[in-house]
Amino acid sequence: MGLLSSYRLRWHRRRLLIRAWLSRRDMTLVADRSAGQAEDAIFAFTTLRNEKIRLPYFLRYYRDLGVNHFFMVDNGSTDGSLEYLRDQPDVSLWQTGASYKKSRFGMDWLSHLLRRYGHGHWCLTVDPDEFFVYPFCETRPIRALTDWLDTTQIRTFAAMLLDMYPKGPITDQAYREGQDPFEIAQWFDSGNYQISRNRAYGNLWIQGGPRTRIFFDETPKKAPALNKIPLVKWHRSYAYISSTHMMLPRGLNLAFDEWGGEKASGVLLHAKFLDTFAAKAVEELTRGQHYAASAEYKAYQEGLSNHPEVWCKWSEKYINWRQLEILGLMSKGNWA
Amino acid sequence: MTVGFVMLCHTALDRAAQVARHWAVRDCPVVIHVDRRVGAKPYGQLVADLADLPNVRFSGRHACEWGTWGIVAASQEAATVMLRDFPQVRHVYLASGSCLPLRPVEELRAYLDERPKTDFIESVTTEDVGWTIGGLDFERFTLRFPFSWRKQKWWFDTYVKLQRMVGFRRKIPAELVPHLGSQWWCLTRQTLSAILEHPERGKIDRYFQKVWIPDESYFQTLVRQVSSTVESRSLTLSKFDFQGKPHIFYDDHLQLLRRSDCFVARKIWPDAVKLYAAFLSDDRSRQAAAEPNPGKIDRLFAKAVERRTKGRPGLYMQSRFPNENFENGRTAGPYSVFCGFADVFENFEIWLSKASGTRVHGHLFAPDRVHFAGGETVYNGALCDSAKVRDYNPKSFLTSLIWNTRGERQCFQFGPADTQELNWFLTLDGNAQISVISGGWAVPLFHSNQNFGDIRREAARLQKIEQEFLNVLRSPYTKARVRVWSLADFIENPMEPLQTIIDEIGPRQGRRLSEAPRMADLTGFGQFLQNLRNQGMQPVLMGDFPVGDDPTPKSTRRGRPYLVK
Repeated sequence: MGLLSSYRLRWHRRRLLIRAWLSRRDMTLVADRSAGQAEDAIFAFTTLRNEKIRLPYFLRYYRDLGVNHFFMVDNGSTDGSLEYLRDQPDVSLWQTGASYKKSRFGMDWLSHLLRRYGHGHWCLTVDPDEFFVYPFCETRPIRALTDWLDTTQIRTFAAMLLDMYPKGPITDQAYREGQDPFEIAQWFDSGNYQISRNRAYGNLWIQGGPRTRIFFDETPKKAPALNKIPLVKWHRSYAYISSTHMMLPRGLNLAFDEWGGEKASGVLLHAKFLDTFAAKAVEELTRGQHYAASAEYKAYQEGLSNHPEVWCKWSEKYINWRQLEILGLMSKGNWA
Repeated sequence: MTVGFVMLCHTALDRAAQVARHWAVRDCPVVIHVDRRVGAKPYGQLVADLADLPNVRFSGRHACEWGTWGIVAASQEAATVMLRDFPQVRHVYLASGSCLPLRPVEELRAYLDERPKTDFIESVTTEDVGWTIGGLDFERFTLRFPFSWRKQKWWFDTYVKLQRMVGFRRKIPAELVPHLGSQWWCLTRQTLSAILEHPERGKIDRYFQKVWIPDESYFQTLVRQVSSTVESRSLTLSKFDFQGKPHIFYDDHLQLLRRSDCFVARKIWPDAVKLYAAFLSDDRSRQAAAEPNPGKIDRLFAKAVERRTKGRPGLYMQSRFPNENFENGRTAGPYSVFCGFADVFENFEIWLSKASGTRVHGHLFAPDRVHFAGGETVYNGALCDSAKVRDYNPKSFLTSLIWNTRGERQCFQFGPADTQELNWFLTLDGNAQISVISGGWAVPLFHSNQNFGDIRREAARLQKIEQEFLNVLRSPYTKARVRVWSLADFIENPMEPLQTIIDEIGPRQGRRLSEAPRMADLTGFGQFLQNLRNQGMQPVLMGDFPVGDDPTPKSTRRGRPYLVK
């Protein structure tokens, strides 16, 4: 790592932070209930659009884990998400009509909020369809994890995205508001991921899973990234680069062990393949607000029309985090 | 006679108060030391919380930074208070604010009453400990450490280097023999007072103030001078991970802690509501007075440390991505690679799977698609058969396959027509068993119905690729179990090599091969090779096939019923 490249990365980070700062004008405050949060409160940061149906379970899940406060940005929802969130006692809400794409897929907005409210706190940045699973999550609240990370002086915690899907065509079972999405989407791919190291930013790049298997089997390079670093002890100088896949400064990306050992890590269960997905794919295609000209959604639509079932006979049925640990998708590391 | 507790506290003072109360109301005096860096308000709260208890004292406050003298000074001062104010105390137990008693106080008291003269303190010489952090063991006692390891790391390291360079050595005073051990002890009044009233205490204290991590060596060293009965173990269950950080106990450790029969455990997560409720309640069924037995907990934490430092071999995932040669096993288990066998034998895959009882795939790295066993399009772990996905990251493909099928040996065919990207990976993998019939690829060409010009070109291409593969296999760094036969040598006597390979795959099977695979018809193969030569190509990898002298493998040796035709 030469002086020049570290200088370049420093400017990259500054640029991201400036973008985030400028994007504050896009957002209008709807409700700020963040005052009086404890010094060690744990925060969640989310941006969303038309996710009303998912929100009740999402909030319940993270409240149960022990998240103290939610910072959310609503990007022009028309389904009542805004009204619903406005009335939640532990949600601070902003509204924006600006372009999702132009704000680096919402990251500019969240970066601004992270910098302003997240400094010194453990911050979990997740989408409304991502559910954080970590070692011992059924017996230990998230604070047990963050306390342990604090004592071992770890600043970031990796959790790869694990796409969950139902058995049978994804439109067969309708998702009801408030329902646990993993009652329907119970299945996942256990061992078909491609991992490589991104030397420029020091992170791992993970692809694969059902999305590669079905939608990107001819163009695996274009398959979406699954590596994520959602849980960070935030400092105002940090910045996410693309979604929560990687960060600057680079050292934060080193959430994996290079010398043969295993660091602790979790998984983000991704409740994407529900019956709501087909409609979402059509909508996102017309909006064209997603990554790489929504190539992902194009591939999905083609894939889904001639291959409506994601499930295969080697799919694994989700039981709990221990199962994911045995399968090697996450690790306890030295947390016992 | 009773036991008194000295508690060193710095966080979660409400929990410390709860534990102190538990001990105090059961007639065990408690002296509490609170870190000077704790604010006045929480300290005041703690004092107020315990104000109703007559046998709780607070001692003078010191800043207790990790690895510094402050912790020893705090223990000394608190112990002095304990011995002065509570004459009924015979044993003094040093605990922390995040300790939790696992067994009723009466049991501890009874245990100590049976051993009235014994000092429980882990105390071992520096040569005998393997757990020192930072690579400093005896040098802790012979160098000076005025800088904080945590906050002034650079100064710490530089000053150590400087002292080593100039050959500085401190003299150890008062004929002490340095010992180390866990900082949580339980000493008798006699021993403790002898340490505190040591005639040379001033000198000794000054010396230890510049020793590194004196809290793990001060009492541990002095006890050897003044005590008659040292039991070198700590009564406090306290485990450390590979970085020297204490492991923390949570609610889900409840059963484990119950069964450990230890008296006190640290450190407990302050929000472990169930643990505090369970162990501080009175209605606990009395256990048989067993000796402390932390074996299960030891194993649990030892496993955790091993997972963190060594990991699971052959696993590549988001938090384990070893650099090359640090994998601790490139793949998760042994597997076999066969080159040329499927060309020389008909239905070799079916035969091999019967003979060896393993999973036998076709050409996993074929250019058209992945040929999984049984023609599956998706395989274990939902690996798909797309050649593009596989070639996008062949290493991930292979390591995933071997990881997904842990416990079932995988065999697959390989050849010069396949993706060659993994040649080095296979060669350097100790789990790989690679068997090559060099030149075997020529047999299908020989049988193919192509124009001879095309055959010639293809033969030249494949020979070149296989030659490169063989060069890699013959490198001095090879870790795989490699066997190479030329085609001519192999068909001379095919059963012996096959038996060797099968034996190596399943050494316990120990059965002789009763049925041999059927060999492809090689009549005229010598002429075929000669034709290639005549066209200007030099086939070398097959070995020596004289024209017209078609191979007729010997069918039996020593009367065994081989059916090679």
